[in-house]
Amino acid sequence: MKLDSKIPEGPLKDKWTNYKNNINLVNPANKRNIDVIVVGTGLAGGSASATLAELGYNVKAFCYQDSPRRAHSIAAQGGINAAKNYQGDGDSTYRLFYDTIKGGDYRSREANVYRLAEVSANIIDQCVAQGVPFARDYGGLLDNRSFGGVLVSRTFYAKGQTGQQLLLGAYSAMNRQIAKGKIEMFNRHEMLDVVVVDGKARGIIARNLVTGEIERHSAHAVVVASGGYGNVFFLSTNAMGSNVTASWKVHKRGALFANPCYTQIHPTCVPVHGTQQSKLTLMSESLRNDGRIWVPKNLEDAKAVREGKLKAVNIKEEDRDYYLERRYPSFGNLVPRDVASRAAKERCDAGFGVVNNDTNEGVFLDFASAIIRYGKEQAHLKGMHNPTDAEIQGLGKEVIASKYGNLFDMYKQITAENPYEMPMKIYPAVHYTMGGVWVDYNLMTTVPGLYAIGEANFSDHGANRLGASALMQGLADGYFVLPYTIGDYLADDIRTGKISTELPEFAEAEASVKSQIDTLINNKGIHSVDYFHKQLGLIMWNKVGMSRTAEGLKEAIEEIATLREAFWKEVRVPGAADELNQELEKAGRVADFLELGELFARDALEREESCGGHFREEHRTEDGEAKRDDENFTFVSAWEYTGKPSEAILHKEELIFENVELKTRSYK
Amino acid sequence: MATEKGMNITLKVWRQKNGQSKGALETYELKDVSPDNSFLEMMDILNDQIIMKDGSPVAFDHDCREGICGSCSMYINGEPHGPGRLVTTCQLHMREFKDGETIYVEPFRAKAFPIIKDLIVDRSAFDRIQHAGGYISVNTSGNTQDANSIPIDKKDADRAFDAATCIGCGACVAACKNASASLFMSAKISQYALLPQGQVEAKNRVLAMVKQAEDEGFGPCSNTGACEIECPKGISLENIARMNREYLSASITSK
Repeated sequence: MKLDSKIPEGPLKDKWTNYKNNINLVNPANKRNIDVIVVGTGLAGGSASATLAELGYNVKAFCYQDSPRRAHSIAAQGGINAAKNYQGDGDSTYRLFYDTIKGGDYRSREANVYRLAEVSANIIDQCVAQGVPFARDYGGLLDNRSFGGVLVSRTFYAKGQTGQQLLLGAYSAMNRQIAKGKIEMFNRHEMLDVVVVDGKARGIIARNLVTGEIERHSAHAVVVASGGYGNVFFLSTNAMGSNVTASWKVHKRGALFANPCYTQIHPTCVPVHGTQQSKLTLMSESLRNDGRIWVPKNLEDAKAVREGKLKAVNIKEEDRDYYLERRYPSFGNLVPRDVASRAAKERCDAGFGVVNNDTNEGVFLDFASAIIRYGKEQAHLKGMHNPTDAEIQGLGKEVIASKYGNLFDMYKQITAENPYEMPMKIYPAVHYTMGGVWVDYNLMTTVPGLYAIGEANFSDHGANRLGASALMQGLADGYFVLPYTIGDYLADDIRTGKISTELPEFAEAEASVKSQIDTLINNKGIHSVDYFHKQLGLIMWNKVGMSRTAEGLKEAIEEIATLREAFWKEVRVPGAADELNQELEKAGRVADFLELGELFARDALEREESCGGHFREEHRTEDGEAKRDDENFTFVSAWEYTGKPSEAILHKEELIFENVELKTRSYK
Repeated sequence: MATEKGMNITLKVWRQKNGQSKGALETYELKDVSPDNSFLEMMDILNDQIIMKDGSPVAFDHDCREGICGSCSMYINGEPHGPGRLVTTCQLHMREFKDGETIYVEPFRAKAFPIIKDLIVDRSAFDRIQHAGGYISVNTSGNTQDANSIPIDKKDADRAFDAATCIGCGACVAACKNASASLFMSAKISQYALLPQGQVEAKNRVLAMVKQAEDEGFGPCSNTGACEIECPKGISLENIARMNREYLSASITSK
C-alpha cells in the first residue's frame, strides 16, 4: 500500500487557497440527495454536523451520551489558540504554524499545520458571532492569555471553561439544523462497526444503548469524530465513556492507524489518591501562567511534607527548587507539556515528591507570588497608599479567583485543601492522544469516503500537542476544512441514490457485531470488565507511559496479549443484550483497548528515538532531554491491520520539511 | 488527600428495570469506603460487589466525572446532586457523609424526565427546548466580521458567561415543586439577550423556548428559589427575572 498524503502543489501559504479554488463542488439541489454520517458530537463532530447540514447535506449524527452537549470537549478548560495578533506581540499565521511544528517535535505535516494556523483566526470570529462569551477586557475587547511552548499571548478563553463554551456554540449550531430536520440526531447510540461496500465507506452498524437494538444506517460518506484513546491507560483525564471503538473498528476495516504511541501526559493534574479511583482531573495549563512549580530542595523536607509534619508555606524560599525555572530559564513554567511532565517525574523519581500516595508522586503548583503581584497591581490601580499585607493578599486572591475560580473550587472539592492558602499538589496524567486514524490532506482515511477529524485523527500535532490547540484543531476540521474536502469526494456521488441497508455488507457487519455481543453476554466469567481495564492501565502506565525502554515495551506487548486472552475467557458481563446494559458497553470498549494497547506498545518499540510525548530512555542527551533521530525516523508510522495486532504491517509516510529547518527543540 | 479510616454505609437505591415497570428502593451495605472516594466511585464499588454476586448493577448516567458534562443526575438524601452546594454528584466526596450513615439514592423525578432504568432519566426534553430557539442564526462560513469589531461591555460579557455555564443537568427541575425548567431556559435566553449578537432574534427565541417547555410538561415558576440553591453551577435567579422581562416585552411587541 502506497500512502499518498495528497498535499496540494505550490508554496505553503497558497496551498489551501489553491486547493479550495480547484476542488469539485456539489450543487445545492444535489446536496439534498446525499447523506453523511458523523460519529461523535464534540467540537469536531458537532461543528462538522452543523456545517454539513447548513450546506444542505442530510446529516445523521451519533453520540453515546444522552445529548450532543455532553461530549468530552466540554471539559477542555484553558483556551483556544488563534493567530489574531490582537496583543501586537508579533504573532502571525507563520508563527503559530512554526510553534505547532516545533512543539510537535517535527513529526507533523507542514501543509496540514499551516492550514490549521491559517483558519484559526476565523474560528474566533465564528464563535463570537455564535454568541460564545469569551473573556473580555474593560474596553470590551477580547482578552488573551499565554500557554506553554510559545512566546506570545494568543489564547482566547472563557474562564476555565473554554471547551464548554465552544462546545455549546457548536451544539447551538447543531440545534438550529436539528430544528430544521437537516440533522437527524441519534443520542445514546454507539457505533460498533463501519460498513464498506465496493471499497467505499457506506454506513455504520450502531447499537441503541437504551433498547439494545442493533441498527443499520447508510450514507454516502462516514465521518469518525469520536475523540482520543487515552482511556487505554484506565486512569486519564478523559471521560469515563471515552473510547477507541469507532477508530479501532474502522482500523479493522482497512483504515491505517498512525503513531499510536504519541500520547500526551499532561503535567498539571490532581495526583492519584487510591486504588478505587476512577479518573484523574486536570488542572488547566493556564494555571502555569501564574503558578510556579517547585519541590523542596532537601530530601528530608520532602519526606516531612509527605508525612504531614511540614507545610509547604513553611519551607523557606532558598530551600525550594523551582526546577522548571532552573532548567529552562527562557520558558520557565511555560515549557511544553511533555517537557514539564518529564521534569516532574525526574524530581519525584529522585525522591523529592510531595504527595503521600504509593509512589510519592506529586509536586507543588504555587500561586503565592502571583497573589502578591496582582494584589500590588490592584492596590496601585485603586490608588491605595501603603496597603497592608492582608489587603494585598485579599486583592490578589480576588484577581486569581476571577481568572481561575472554577479550577480552584474543583481542586478544593477533590482534595479538601484550599489552594488560595496552600500550594496545589499536582502530577502528570494521561490527557490526549496525538496518534489516531491516518488521514491525508483531505482528512480522508485510507478507506475512500471514510473521514476522521479532531482528536480521532493523527494529523496536526506531531509527537506533542501544544496547549489550547486541541480546540483549535477540532473546530478547524469541523467548521472549515472537512466541509470543503468532503464535497470534493461527494461530487462523484450525485447520481448514486440512497444506499440500501439490505446489501450483504450490512448483513455481514451486523452479524459480526451481534456475535461479539453474544460472546460477551454468554461468557459468564469470574472477573468484571473493570478488573481487566485496570490491569491494562497499569501495564500501560508502568511500561508504556512517560518513559519507555525496549525491555519494558517487549514485556508490555506480551503481558497485554496474555491479558487479552484472559479477558475473553474470564470476563463477566451481567444482564442481557436487549436492554440498557452499561457493563456490556464497557466490555466492548475494553476489548478494543486490549488490541490497541498492544499496537501502541509495538509502535513505541519500533520508534528508536525520543520525540515529543514519546520518550525512550535509550535515546536521550547527557542532560536528560529527548534525543530525536531525524535521519531515520522523520516519518509517520501508519499501521495496517491484518488480523492480529502482533502482525500489523508498518507503512511509512516520509515527512518532508521544505519550510522549516529541523532543529533540536530547546526551551532553555 | 488525607487517608482516613474507611466508612461503613447503608444505601437505599431506587431500582427500576425500565420505563414500564414499577420501581422500589433496595438496601445495600458497603464496608470500608474511603472518604476520599467520590460518590460515583462509591457507586462503582457497589456495582462491582453486585456483579460478583451475579446481580444486576445499578444503572446511572455519568461521564466526565469532573462536574462539567452534566450527565450525572442523582437525587441523594432528598436533594439533586446531594448535600453540598455548587457541586455535581460526580464531585461529591464520601467525606461529606458520616460513618454508619444511611444514604438514599433516587433518580431525578419530573413528568418531563421519564425514568429509563434505575437512576437514569430521559432529559431529551431539554434538547428539544434548545432546538426551539437556543441558537443564533449564523452560518458557519467563517466569513463573519472580525471578532473585535463589536466591543461588549465586560459586565455584560461576564453576565452572559455566568448564564452560559449551565450544564443542562436538570437539577433545577428536580428541585422544583412544579418541575419548572425556568432556570435552565433562562440561562440560555439570558446569555443571548445580554450579547448584541443574540438580540436580533431575542423575541422569537423567548416565545418559542417557553412554549416548548410548556408543551414538554414542565411546570410554571413560582419563585421559590429552590433551583438556584441546588444548581451546581450557581445559575442565578436574576436570569429568570430577565427571561420574564424578555417574555413580557416580546409578548406585547412581537409582530
